[in-house]
Amino acid sequence: MADGKMKTMADILAGHPLFAGLAPQITDLLGGCAGNVHFPAGHYLFKEDDRADTFYLLRAGDVALEQRMPGRGRLTVQTLHAGQVAGASWILPPYRWRFDARAVDDVRATGIDAACLRAKCDADPVIGYQVLQRFLPIVAERLQSTRLRLIDLYAPPSEVGRAL
Amino acid sequence: MSMVPRPFLVRRRVEEMPGCVTLELEPCDGGAAPFAPGQFTMLYVPAVGEIAVSISGDPTQTDCLVQTIRAVGPVSRAVCAKAEGERIGVRGPLGRGWPVEAALGKHLVIVAGGVGLAPVRPVLLWALANRERLSGLSLVYGTRSPDQVLFASELLGWSSNDALRVAVSVDRAEDGWAGHVGVVTDLIPGVLDSPTETVAMVCGPEIMMRFAAQALDAEGVPAGSIHLSMERNMKCGIGWCGHCQLGPHLLCRDGPVLAYPEVRDLMAVWEL
Repeated sequence: MADGKMKTMADILAGHPLFAGLAPQITDLLGGCAGNVHFPAGHYLFKEDDRADTFYLLRAGDVALEQRMPGRGRLTVQTLHAGQVAGASWILPPYRWRFDARAVDDVRATGIDAACLRAKCDADPVIGYQVLQRFLPIVAERLQSTRLRLIDLYAPPSEVGRAL
Repeated sequence: MSMVPRPFLVRRRVEEMPGCVTLELEPCDGGAAPFAPGQFTMLYVPAVGEIAVSISGDPTQTDCLVQTIRAVGPVSRAVCAKAEGERIGVRGPLGRGWPVEAALGKHLVIVAGGVGLAPVRPVLLWALANRERLSGLSLVYGTRSPDQVLFASELLGWSSNDALRVAVSVDRAEDGWAGHVGVVTDLIPGVLDSPTETVAMVCGPEIMMRFAAQALDAEGVPAGSIHLSMERNMKCGIGWCGHCQLGPHLLCRDGPVLAYPEVRDLMAVWEL
Protein backbone atom coordinates (compact mmCIF):
# COMPACT_ATOMS: atom_id res chain seq x y z
CA MET A 1 0.00 0.00 0.00
CA ALA A 2 1.16 3.55 -0.74
CA ASP A 3 0.95 4.59 2.92
CA GLY A 4 2.83 1.44 3.99
CA LYS A 5 -0.13 0.08 5.96
CA MET A 6 -1.23 -3.49 5.43
CA LYS A 7 -4.90 -3.80 4.37
CA THR A 8 -6.95 -5.41 7.10
CA MET A 9 -9.78 -7.80 6.39
CA ALA A 10 -12.17 -5.06 7.50
CA ASP A 11 -10.64 -2.74 4.83
CA ILE A 12 -11.12 -5.41 2.19
CA LEU A 13 -14.73 -5.96 3.20
CA ALA A 14 -15.41 -2.23 3.23
CA GLY A 15 -13.94 -2.01 -0.28
CA HIS A 16 -16.36 -4.59 -1.70
CA PRO A 17 -19.67 -3.23 -3.06
CA LEU A 18 -21.63 -5.59 -0.77
CA PHE A 19 -20.37 -4.05 2.45
CA ALA A 20 -19.25 -0.60 1.25
CA GLY A 21 -20.59 2.12 3.51
CA LEU A 22 -21.13 -0.06 6.59
CA ALA A 23 -19.98 1.40 9.90
CA PRO A 24 -16.30 0.45 10.62
CA GLN A 25 -17.25 -1.33 13.85
CA ILE A 26 -19.50 -3.65 11.81
CA THR A 27 -16.89 -4.38 9.11
CA ASP A 28 -14.36 -4.99 11.93
CA LEU A 29 -16.72 -7.52 13.44
CA LEU A 30 -17.46 -9.16 10.07
CA GLY A 31 -13.73 -9.27 9.34
CA GLY A 32 -13.42 -11.93 12.04
CA CYS A 33 -15.45 -14.28 9.83
CA ALA A 34 -13.54 -13.59 6.60
CA GLY A 35 -10.43 -14.82 4.78
CA ASN A 36 -8.96 -14.42 1.31
CA VAL A 37 -9.08 -17.33 -1.11
CA HIS A 38 -8.00 -18.17 -4.64
CA PHE A 39 -9.62 -20.61 -7.07
CA PRO A 40 -7.77 -21.58 -10.27
CA ALA A 41 -9.84 -21.69 -13.46
CA GLY A 42 -12.06 -24.77 -13.55
CA HIS A 43 -12.13 -25.30 -9.78
CA TYR A 44 -15.39 -25.20 -7.88
CA LEU A 45 -16.18 -22.65 -5.19
CA PHE A 46 -19.01 -24.91 -4.08
CA LYS A 47 -21.23 -27.65 -5.41
CA GLU A 48 -24.97 -28.22 -5.38
CA ASP A 49 -26.31 -29.72 -2.14
CA ASP A 50 -23.06 -29.13 -0.25
CA ARG A 51 -23.47 -27.38 3.09
CA ALA A 52 -23.52 -23.60 2.58
CA ASP A 53 -20.61 -23.02 4.95
CA THR A 54 -18.78 -20.27 3.07
CA PHE A 55 -19.97 -17.65 0.57
CA TYR A 56 -17.67 -15.48 -1.49
CA LEU A 57 -17.25 -11.79 -2.27
CA LEU A 58 -15.65 -11.87 -5.72
CA ARG A 59 -12.67 -9.54 -6.14
CA ALA A 60 -11.31 -10.76 -9.49
CA GLY A 61 -12.37 -13.30 -12.09
CA ASP A 62 -15.70 -14.75 -13.22
CA VAL A 63 -17.81 -17.51 -11.70
CA ALA A 64 -20.45 -19.59 -13.51
CA LEU A 65 -23.46 -20.81 -11.57
CA GLU A 66 -24.33 -24.16 -13.09
CA GLN A 67 -26.64 -27.13 -13.04
CA ARG A 68 -25.74 -30.50 -14.48
CA MET A 69 -28.25 -32.25 -16.67
CA PRO A 70 -27.85 -35.87 -17.80
CA GLY A 71 -27.08 -35.90 -21.50
CA ARG A 72 -26.66 -32.12 -21.73
CA GLY A 73 -23.67 -31.54 -19.50
CA ARG A 74 -23.29 -28.27 -17.61
CA LEU A 75 -25.93 -25.57 -18.03
CA THR A 76 -24.86 -22.10 -16.94
CA VAL A 77 -27.72 -20.16 -15.41
CA GLN A 78 -25.79 -17.02 -14.48
CA THR A 79 -22.30 -15.57 -14.64
CA LEU A 80 -20.97 -13.57 -11.72
CA HIS A 81 -18.14 -11.05 -11.91
CA ALA A 82 -15.79 -9.12 -9.62
CA GLY A 83 -17.81 -6.98 -7.23
CA GLN A 84 -20.60 -9.55 -6.99
CA VAL A 85 -21.39 -12.25 -4.45
CA ALA A 86 -21.33 -16.01 -5.02
CA GLY A 87 -23.82 -17.71 -2.74
CA ALA A 88 -27.04 -16.66 -1.04
CA SER A 89 -28.32 -20.00 0.28
CA TRP A 90 -26.28 -19.58 3.47
CA ILE A 91 -28.92 -17.15 4.79
CA LEU A 92 -31.85 -19.55 5.09
CA PRO A 93 -32.30 -23.16 6.14
CA PRO A 94 -31.47 -25.79 5.06
CA TYR A 95 -28.17 -23.94 4.37
CA ARG A 96 -27.31 -25.96 1.27
CA TRP A 97 -26.19 -24.69 -2.13
CA ARG A 98 -28.69 -24.89 -5.00
CA PHE A 99 -26.14 -24.66 -7.83
CA ASP A 100 -22.54 -25.48 -8.60
CA ALA A 101 -20.25 -22.43 -8.69
CA ARG A 102 -17.29 -22.90 -11.05
CA ALA A 103 -14.36 -20.53 -11.51
CA VAL A 104 -14.40 -19.60 -15.22
CA ASP A 105 -10.93 -18.08 -14.90
CA ASP A 106 -8.63 -17.43 -11.96
CA VAL A 107 -10.81 -16.16 -9.15
CA ARG A 108 -9.70 -14.16 -6.15
CA ALA A 109 -12.33 -13.75 -3.49
CA THR A 110 -12.99 -13.11 0.15
CA GLY A 111 -14.66 -16.12 1.74
CA ILE A 112 -17.06 -15.46 4.60
CA ASP A 113 -17.67 -18.18 7.16
CA ALA A 114 -21.47 -18.39 7.01
CA ALA A 115 -21.97 -20.00 10.44
CA CYS A 116 -19.78 -17.32 12.03
CA LEU A 117 -21.71 -14.53 10.29
CA ARG A 118 -25.07 -16.07 11.17
CA ALA A 119 -24.02 -16.28 14.80
CA LYS A 120 -23.02 -12.59 14.82
CA CYS A 121 -26.29 -11.64 13.11
CA ASP A 122 -28.28 -13.67 15.65
CA ALA A 123 -26.35 -12.11 18.56
CA ASP A 124 -26.84 -8.54 17.33
CA PRO A 125 -30.04 -7.94 15.33
CA VAL A 126 -28.78 -4.49 14.25
CA ILE A 127 -25.90 -6.17 12.43
CA GLY A 128 -28.25 -8.88 11.19
CA TYR A 129 -30.65 -6.31 9.77
CA GLN A 130 -27.84 -4.43 8.02
CA VAL A 131 -26.45 -7.64 6.52
CA LEU A 132 -29.91 -8.63 5.28
CA GLN A 133 -30.41 -5.13 3.84
CA ARG A 134 -27.25 -5.72 1.79
CA PHE A 135 -28.32 -9.17 0.62
CA LEU A 136 -31.98 -8.51 -0.18
CA PRO A 137 -31.24 -6.33 -3.28
CA ILE A 138 -28.98 -9.10 -4.62
CA VAL A 139 -31.74 -11.67 -4.22
CA ALA A 140 -34.33 -9.28 -5.72
CA GLU A 141 -32.06 -8.50 -8.70
CA ARG A 142 -31.50 -12.19 -9.38
CA LEU A 143 -35.25 -12.82 -9.16
CA GLN A 144 -35.93 -10.02 -11.67
CA SER A 145 -33.20 -11.29 -13.98
CA THR A 146 -34.71 -14.77 -13.85
CA ARG A 147 -38.20 -13.43 -14.55
CA LEU A 148 -36.96 -11.44 -17.53
CA ARG A 149 -35.31 -14.52 -18.97
CA LEU A 150 -38.47 -16.55 -18.35
CA ILE A 151 -40.23 -14.20 -20.78
CA ASP A 152 -37.83 -15.51 -23.45
CA LEU A 153 -37.39 -12.02 -24.91
CA TYR A 154 -35.55 -13.13 -28.02
CA ALA A 155 -37.93 -15.90 -29.05
CA PRO A 156 -39.05 -15.64 -32.69
CA PRO A 157 -42.57 -14.14 -32.91
CA SER A 158 -43.72 -17.36 -34.57
CA GLU A 159 -43.09 -19.14 -31.26
CA VAL A 160 -44.98 -16.62 -29.18
CA GLY A 161 -47.70 -15.10 -31.37
CA ARG A 162 -48.58 -13.60 -34.72
CA ALA A 163 -46.04 -12.79 -37.39
CA LEU A 164 -45.95 -11.31 -40.90
CA MET B 1 -42.81 9.17 -52.38
CA SER B 2 -43.68 6.31 -54.69
CA MET B 3 -45.77 3.33 -53.64
CA VAL B 4 -44.34 1.41 -56.61
CA PRO B 5 -41.59 -1.06 -55.66
CA ARG B 6 -38.25 -0.80 -57.44
CA PRO B 7 -36.99 -4.13 -58.76
CA PHE B 8 -33.80 -5.48 -57.17
CA LEU B 9 -31.82 -8.62 -57.88
CA VAL B 10 -30.68 -10.93 -55.08
CA ARG B 11 -26.91 -10.80 -55.61
CA ARG B 12 -25.91 -12.82 -52.57
CA ARG B 13 -27.73 -14.82 -49.92
CA VAL B 14 -26.19 -15.80 -46.58
CA GLU B 15 -27.90 -18.01 -44.00
CA GLU B 16 -26.86 -16.34 -40.73
CA MET B 17 -28.48 -18.99 -38.51
CA PRO B 18 -31.49 -21.24 -38.90
CA GLY B 19 -34.41 -19.11 -40.13
CA CYS B 20 -32.38 -15.92 -40.49
CA VAL B 21 -31.01 -14.77 -43.82
CA THR B 22 -29.02 -11.81 -45.11
CA LEU B 23 -29.75 -10.74 -48.69
CA GLU B 24 -27.52 -8.46 -50.76
CA LEU B 25 -29.85 -6.66 -53.17
CA GLU B 26 -28.67 -4.89 -56.33
CA PRO B 27 -30.91 -2.38 -58.14
CA CYS B 28 -31.97 -3.79 -61.52
CA ASP B 29 -31.88 -0.28 -63.03
CA GLY B 30 -28.14 0.00 -62.29
CA GLY B 31 -28.67 3.03 -60.05
CA ALA B 32 -27.44 3.63 -56.53
CA ALA B 33 -29.16 2.61 -53.29
CA PRO B 34 -27.95 5.07 -50.63
CA PHE B 35 -29.38 4.95 -47.11
CA ALA B 36 -28.81 6.30 -43.63
CA PRO B 37 -28.02 3.94 -40.69
CA GLY B 38 -31.26 2.92 -38.98
CA GLN B 39 -33.50 3.27 -42.03
CA PHE B 40 -35.64 0.43 -43.37
CA THR B 41 -37.23 -0.66 -46.63
CA MET B 42 -40.48 -2.34 -47.59
CA LEU B 43 -39.60 -5.64 -49.29
CA TYR B 44 -42.24 -6.94 -51.70
CA VAL B 45 -42.77 -10.47 -52.96
CA PRO B 46 -45.45 -10.47 -55.69
CA ALA B 47 -48.61 -12.38 -54.78
CA VAL B 48 -47.39 -12.84 -51.19
CA GLY B 49 -47.07 -9.41 -49.63
CA GLU B 50 -44.82 -6.65 -48.35
CA ILE B 51 -42.94 -6.26 -45.04
CA ALA B 52 -40.74 -3.68 -43.37
CA VAL B 53 -37.14 -4.84 -43.00
CA SER B 54 -34.28 -2.85 -41.53
CA ILE B 55 -31.12 -2.31 -43.54
CA SER B 56 -28.09 -4.07 -42.08
CA GLY B 57 -25.39 -3.07 -44.58
CA ASP B 58 -22.49 -0.65 -44.66
CA PRO B 59 -23.80 2.89 -45.34
CA THR B 60 -20.74 3.70 -47.45
CA GLN B 61 -21.63 0.90 -49.87
CA THR B 62 -24.29 2.42 -52.14
CA ASP B 63 -24.39 -0.04 -55.02
CA CYS B 64 -26.59 -2.46 -53.09
CA LEU B 65 -28.81 -2.87 -50.04
CA VAL B 66 -27.97 -5.48 -47.42
CA GLN B 67 -30.97 -6.66 -45.40
CA THR B 68 -31.24 -9.27 -42.68
CA ILE B 69 -34.58 -11.03 -42.29
CA ARG B 70 -35.85 -13.62 -39.84
CA ALA B 71 -38.47 -15.99 -41.25
CA VAL B 72 -41.41 -15.69 -38.89
CA GLY B 73 -44.49 -15.46 -41.11
CA PRO B 74 -45.65 -15.99 -44.72
CA VAL B 75 -44.06 -12.82 -46.18
CA SER B 76 -40.77 -13.01 -44.30
CA ARG B 77 -40.54 -16.71 -45.17
CA ALA B 78 -41.03 -15.84 -48.86
CA VAL B 79 -38.35 -13.13 -48.64
CA CYS B 80 -35.94 -15.51 -46.88
CA ALA B 81 -36.59 -18.14 -49.55
CA LYS B 82 -35.40 -15.85 -52.36
CA ALA B 83 -32.42 -17.39 -54.11
CA GLU B 84 -29.45 -15.66 -55.70
CA GLY B 85 -30.46 -14.33 -59.13
CA GLU B 86 -34.14 -13.89 -58.22
CA ARG B 87 -35.93 -10.55 -58.11
CA ILE B 88 -37.60 -8.74 -55.27
CA GLY B 89 -39.42 -5.40 -55.00
CA VAL B 90 -38.05 -2.68 -52.75
CA ARG B 91 -39.57 0.60 -51.54
CA GLY B 92 -37.33 2.95 -49.67
CA PRO B 93 -35.09 3.50 -47.83
CA LEU B 94 -37.67 4.90 -45.46
CA GLY B 95 -37.91 6.50 -42.03
CA ARG B 96 -35.64 8.43 -39.72
CA GLY B 97 -32.47 6.60 -38.70
CA TRP B 98 -29.93 6.86 -35.88
CA PRO B 99 -28.82 10.42 -34.99
CA VAL B 100 -25.15 9.78 -35.79
CA GLU B 101 -24.19 13.45 -35.54
CA ALA B 102 -25.28 13.45 -31.88
CA ALA B 103 -22.63 10.83 -31.13
CA LEU B 104 -19.69 12.90 -32.39
CA GLY B 105 -17.23 13.58 -29.57
CA LYS B 106 -19.16 11.23 -27.28
CA HIS B 107 -18.92 7.61 -26.16
CA LEU B 108 -21.33 5.73 -28.42
CA VAL B 109 -22.87 2.74 -26.63
CA ILE B 110 -24.87 0.43 -28.86
CA VAL B 111 -27.18 -1.99 -27.06
CA ALA B 112 -28.74 -4.72 -29.18
CA GLY B 113 -30.84 -7.77 -28.48
CA GLY B 114 -31.42 -10.82 -30.68
CA VAL B 115 -31.91 -9.94 -34.36
CA GLY B 116 -31.94 -6.30 -33.22
CA LEU B 117 -28.23 -6.43 -33.99
CA ALA B 118 -29.12 -6.09 -37.70
CA PRO B 119 -30.55 -2.53 -37.54
CA VAL B 120 -27.56 -1.31 -35.50
CA ARG B 121 -24.92 -2.91 -37.73
CA PRO B 122 -24.89 0.10 -40.14
CA VAL B 123 -24.33 2.57 -37.31
CA LEU B 124 -21.63 0.32 -35.86
CA LEU B 125 -19.85 0.20 -39.22
CA TRP B 126 -20.25 3.97 -39.52
CA ALA B 127 -18.79 4.38 -36.01
CA LEU B 128 -15.80 2.14 -36.78
CA ALA B 129 -15.11 4.20 -39.92
CA ASN B 130 -15.40 7.41 -37.87
CA ARG B 131 -13.81 6.10 -34.68
CA GLU B 132 -11.47 9.08 -34.23
CA ARG B 133 -14.52 11.37 -34.10
CA LEU B 134 -15.92 9.47 -31.07
CA SER B 135 -14.51 9.42 -27.53
CA GLY B 136 -15.44 5.74 -27.14
CA LEU B 137 -17.33 2.94 -28.82
CA SER B 138 -19.03 -0.04 -27.13
CA LEU B 139 -21.38 -2.77 -28.24
CA VAL B 140 -23.51 -4.59 -25.68
CA TYR B 141 -25.32 -7.53 -27.23
CA GLY B 142 -27.75 -9.98 -25.68
CA THR B 143 -29.35 -13.01 -27.22
CA ARG B 144 -31.12 -16.23 -26.31
CA SER B 145 -28.26 -18.75 -26.47
CA PRO B 146 -24.81 -19.09 -28.07
CA ASP B 147 -26.26 -20.69 -31.24
CA GLN B 148 -28.51 -17.62 -31.68
CA VAL B 149 -25.68 -15.09 -31.93
CA LEU B 150 -26.24 -13.05 -35.10
CA PHE B 151 -23.23 -12.17 -37.30
CA ALA B 152 -21.20 -14.53 -35.07
CA SER B 153 -17.94 -14.48 -37.05
CA GLU B 154 -18.09 -10.70 -37.49
CA LEU B 155 -18.81 -10.30 -33.77
CA LEU B 156 -15.69 -12.32 -33.03
CA GLY B 157 -13.70 -9.93 -35.22
CA TRP B 158 -15.21 -6.91 -33.48
CA SER B 159 -14.28 -8.44 -30.10
CA SER B 160 -10.60 -8.40 -31.04
CA ASN B 161 -10.76 -4.85 -32.42
CA ASP B 162 -9.19 -2.39 -29.96
CA ALA B 163 -11.37 0.41 -31.36
CA LEU B 164 -14.48 -1.26 -30.01
CA ARG B 165 -15.44 -2.73 -26.66
CA VAL B 166 -17.76 -5.72 -27.04
CA ALA B 167 -19.81 -7.34 -24.27
CA VAL B 168 -22.04 -10.30 -25.11
CA SER B 169 -24.63 -11.93 -22.91
CA VAL B 170 -26.83 -14.98 -23.46
CA ASP B 171 -29.93 -15.95 -21.50
CA ARG B 172 -28.77 -19.54 -21.12
CA ALA B 173 -25.76 -21.57 -22.14
CA GLU B 174 -24.61 -25.14 -22.26
CA ASP B 175 -21.07 -26.46 -21.96
CA GLY B 176 -18.45 -24.56 -23.92
CA TRP B 177 -19.72 -20.98 -23.53
CA ALA B 178 -17.23 -18.92 -21.53
CA GLY B 179 -19.05 -15.60 -21.87
CA HIS B 180 -21.66 -13.93 -19.70
CA VAL B 181 -24.95 -15.62 -18.87
CA GLY B 182 -27.70 -13.31 -17.61
CA VAL B 183 -29.75 -10.39 -18.85
CA VAL B 184 -28.14 -7.94 -21.27
CA THR B 185 -28.70 -5.04 -18.89
CA ASP B 186 -26.17 -6.67 -16.48
CA LEU B 187 -23.43 -5.58 -18.86
CA ILE B 188 -24.42 -1.93 -19.26
CA PRO B 189 -22.71 -0.50 -16.12
CA GLY B 190 -19.43 -2.13 -17.13
CA VAL B 191 -19.12 -0.22 -20.39
CA LEU B 192 -20.14 3.23 -19.12
CA ASP B 193 -17.00 5.23 -18.38
CA SER B 194 -18.60 8.66 -18.47
CA PRO B 195 -22.40 8.35 -18.53
CA THR B 196 -23.13 12.03 -19.06
CA GLU B 197 -20.89 12.02 -22.15
CA THR B 198 -22.56 8.95 -23.61
CA VAL B 199 -24.99 8.54 -26.49
CA ALA B 200 -26.83 5.22 -26.49
CA MET B 201 -28.56 3.53 -29.42
CA VAL B 202 -30.78 0.61 -28.48
CA CYS B 203 -32.52 -1.97 -30.65
CA GLY B 204 -34.22 -5.24 -29.74
CA PRO B 205 -37.46 -6.60 -28.34
CA GLU B 206 -39.44 -3.75 -26.80
CA ILE B 207 -39.27 -5.14 -23.25
CA MET B 208 -35.50 -5.43 -23.55
CA MET B 209 -35.29 -1.84 -24.86
CA ARG B 210 -37.43 -0.61 -21.96
CA PHE B 211 -35.18 -2.26 -19.37
CA ALA B 212 -32.01 -1.20 -21.22
CA ALA B 213 -33.20 2.42 -21.35
CA GLN B 214 -34.06 2.29 -17.63
CA ALA B 215 -30.60 0.88 -16.85
CA LEU B 216 -28.86 3.54 -18.95
CA ASP B 217 -30.99 6.24 -17.33
CA ALA B 218 -30.22 4.88 -13.83
CA GLU B 219 -26.49 4.93 -14.60
CA GLY B 220 -26.73 8.64 -15.50
CA VAL B 221 -26.96 8.66 -19.29
CA PRO B 222 -29.19 11.66 -20.14
CA ALA B 223 -32.61 10.42 -21.28
CA GLY B 224 -32.40 12.59 -24.40
CA SER B 225 -29.16 10.83 -25.36
CA ILE B 226 -30.85 7.42 -25.39
CA HIS B 227 -32.33 6.48 -28.78
CA LEU B 228 -34.55 3.48 -29.47
CA SER B 229 -35.53 1.81 -32.74
CA MET B 230 -39.25 1.18 -32.33
CA GLU B 231 -41.29 -1.38 -34.19
CA ARG B 232 -44.98 -1.51 -35.04
CA ASN B 233 -46.98 -2.96 -37.91
CA MET B 234 -45.74 -0.87 -40.85
CA LYS B 235 -47.83 -1.00 -44.02
CA CYS B 236 -47.49 2.04 -46.30
CA GLY B 237 -44.09 3.06 -44.91
CA ILE B 238 -44.70 6.73 -45.69
CA GLY B 239 -47.08 7.96 -43.01
CA TRP B 240 -50.33 7.62 -44.93
CA CYS B 241 -52.13 4.62 -43.46
CA GLY B 242 -51.58 4.96 -39.70
CA HIS B 243 -51.00 1.28 -39.02
CA CYS B 244 -47.73 1.98 -37.22
CA GLN B 245 -49.08 4.77 -35.03
CA LEU B 246 -47.58 4.98 -31.55
CA GLY B 247 -49.36 7.81 -29.74
CA PRO B 248 -48.59 10.97 -31.72
CA HIS B 249 -45.88 9.25 -33.79
CA LEU B 250 -46.19 7.46 -37.10
CA LEU B 251 -43.17 5.22 -36.71
CA CYS B 252 -42.56 4.68 -40.43
CA ARG B 253 -42.28 8.44 -40.95
CA ASP B 254 -41.24 9.92 -37.57
CA GLY B 255 -39.15 6.85 -36.61
CA PRO B 256 -38.32 4.08 -36.40
CA VAL B 257 -35.63 5.74 -34.26
CA LEU B 258 -37.01 7.99 -31.53
CA ALA B 259 -35.44 9.52 -28.43
CA TYR B 260 -36.32 7.83 -25.13
CA PRO B 261 -38.29 10.82 -23.74
CA GLU B 262 -40.55 10.67 -26.84
CA VAL B 263 -41.58 7.06 -26.15
CA ARG B 264 -40.90 6.43 -22.44
CA ASP B 265 -44.52 6.97 -21.33
CA LEU B 266 -46.01 5.45 -24.49
CA MET B 267 -44.19 2.16 -23.91
CA ALA B 268 -46.08 1.80 -20.63
CA VAL B 269 -49.47 2.06 -22.38
CA TRP B 270 -50.22 -1.49 -23.36
CA GLU B 271 -53.12 -0.57 -25.67
CA LEU B 272 -50.53 1.07 -27.95
